[in-house]
Amino acid sequence: MKLSTQGIALAYGDFKVLQDVTLDVTLDGLHGMIGPNGAGKSTLFSVLSGLMKSDAGEVSFDGHAFGHASPARRAELGLGRTFQIPREFKQLTVRQNFMVGPRKQPGESLVDLYLRPGKVKRFEDEAREKADTLIDFLKLSSVADKPAGGLSGGQKKLLELGRALMSEPRFILLDEPYAGVNPVLIEEISERIREINRERGIGFLIIEHNLMALNRLVSDLYVLDTGRLIAHGLPDAVLEEPQVRAAYMGAAA
Amino acid sequence: MDSYLLTLAIIVGIYMLLALSLDLQYGFTGLINFGLAGFFAIGAYTSALLTMLGHWSPLLSFPAAALLAALLAWPIGRVALRLRDDYLAIVTLGFSEIVRLVLTQEQWLTQGVRGLAGVPRLGAGWGNVRFNDMFLLSMLVLTIIAVIVFLRRLTNSPYGRTIQAIRDDETAVRVLGKEPARFKTQILMLGGAIAGLAGAFYAHYMTYIVPDQYVPLITFYIWMAIIMGGVARLSGAVVGAVILVAFTEGVRFSRGFIPGVSDAAMGSVQLGLVGLVLILFMRWRPQGVFGTKGADR
Repeated sequence: MKLSTQGIALAYGDFKVLQDVTLDVTLDGLHGMIGPNGAGKSTLFSVLSGLMKSDAGEVSFDGHAFGHASPARRAELGLGRTFQIPREFKQLTVRQNFMVGPRKQPGESLVDLYLRPGKVKRFEDEAREKADTLIDFLKLSSVADKPAGGLSGGQKKLLELGRALMSEPRFILLDEPYAGVNPVLIEEISERIREINRERGIGFLIIEHNLMALNRLVSDLYVLDTGRLIAHGLPDAVLEEPQVRAAYMGAAA
Repeated sequence: MDSYLLTLAIIVGIYMLLALSLDLQYGFTGLINFGLAGFFAIGAYTSALLTMLGHWSPLLSFPAAALLAALLAWPIGRVALRLRDDYLAIVTLGFSEIVRLVLTQEQWLTQGVRGLAGVPRLGAGWGNVRFNDMFLLSMLVLTIIAVIVFLRRLTNSPYGRTIQAIRDDETAVRVLGKEPARFKTQILMLGGAIAGLAGAFYAHYMTYIVPDQYVPLITFYIWMAIIMGGVARLSGAVVGAVILVAFTEGVRFSRGFIPGVSDAAMGSVQLGLVGLVLILFMRWRPQGVFGTKGADR
């Protein structure tokens, strides 16, 4: 039960965005990824989720080689993700955003919609209940009926997490969950992530610049710099490694 | 009913169907269809030819018109939806012009620019022309109501939620495990069917159809209607069609009120005024009559 990559490489012309990225994370664990801006972290997430094609390398998920599988196919196999710059459905309400999440909704089939309204309604009622529980859990109840386009940056981050959870993934790629979130809420989000991990067995790979919060949350940390993985290990140990300090502080450090 | 009002009512009704079709595609799904006139034309010629040459009953030729328009939307979906968003606009515009040129060139079937004359009226043989027109209007109203009921159910359903999510952010929909291409192709086909029905009504009302009735200007009139009425609102499409016809007809009546403009020049002035109104809408009420503020994109 692992998400693994083998030799992922991606270049724009001469500019190498990712080089020989090989990693291996358990699907039921909490893993972190750090690296300076422009290191290629979000690009790696896009390669993993199928939104971008790498020039070389292979991604496998729970024993399935992804190959050229579409993002939708990868999501069906259980890989969810959020985005660094939130991609909320602006004109839909927060609750509607959540309810887009569930996969294989009977109400998304034209046949079921007009010929099996009972089945559609049952699924819809369940989905609404699930959405409301999650909205409550993520402290978004006060804005549940507001258009998502009007939320604050932090609220949009929470919405992205909740919407991804609604699609019932086995593993979620979280891209900077704490960006724009107020410090009190950060601890709370961490607690939520631990809870989700413990109770539902959903694993996470988390990109984050808030090293303090991330270190308390994850069991291991990958460090990406100029497209290469330069370190991997226990969070505190990794941060002590000279090449990691150099990447963050500059070569002189 | 005064025969002029009857004509107006029928034209408004046909525009309503076209506006509902476009609103489903653009307002709810974000698909930029610049080829609505092509689907309209296919519906008109399909029903006209089937009734004239095949002696089909309109009861069958109208569904056939809708079906053929829907089927022709399918390959467009397959091709264009692989490309970036704005290419759909180019591909659909090209499609509608190809349809118009084929109708012009294939004279053995369509009589080319001479057009098809003598398309049977609805209920022909049951009464006079006035009765036929009243009958057509009743059928048209029933069709509009049926389409609105169908679309209300659709847009308020999980399906409607997902197509609006696709409009707002397609990438986010993909990583949730849904293929936007499936929904977009279906919406192109559904919208095509509705426009095809509108075309059938048009052919059997006019009784005379020529390819030049299906120029891109028709498409852009419908775009104006939904922008003025308010996108992503079924009521907006309905009201937009009324405003559009009220306006184009109103300009016609202003003939003679504008000094120094000849009757011949009036057509151009009419277009100019229509454009002016569109600009004023964009400046002062971009969300349209029925749109909600802040919902504009």
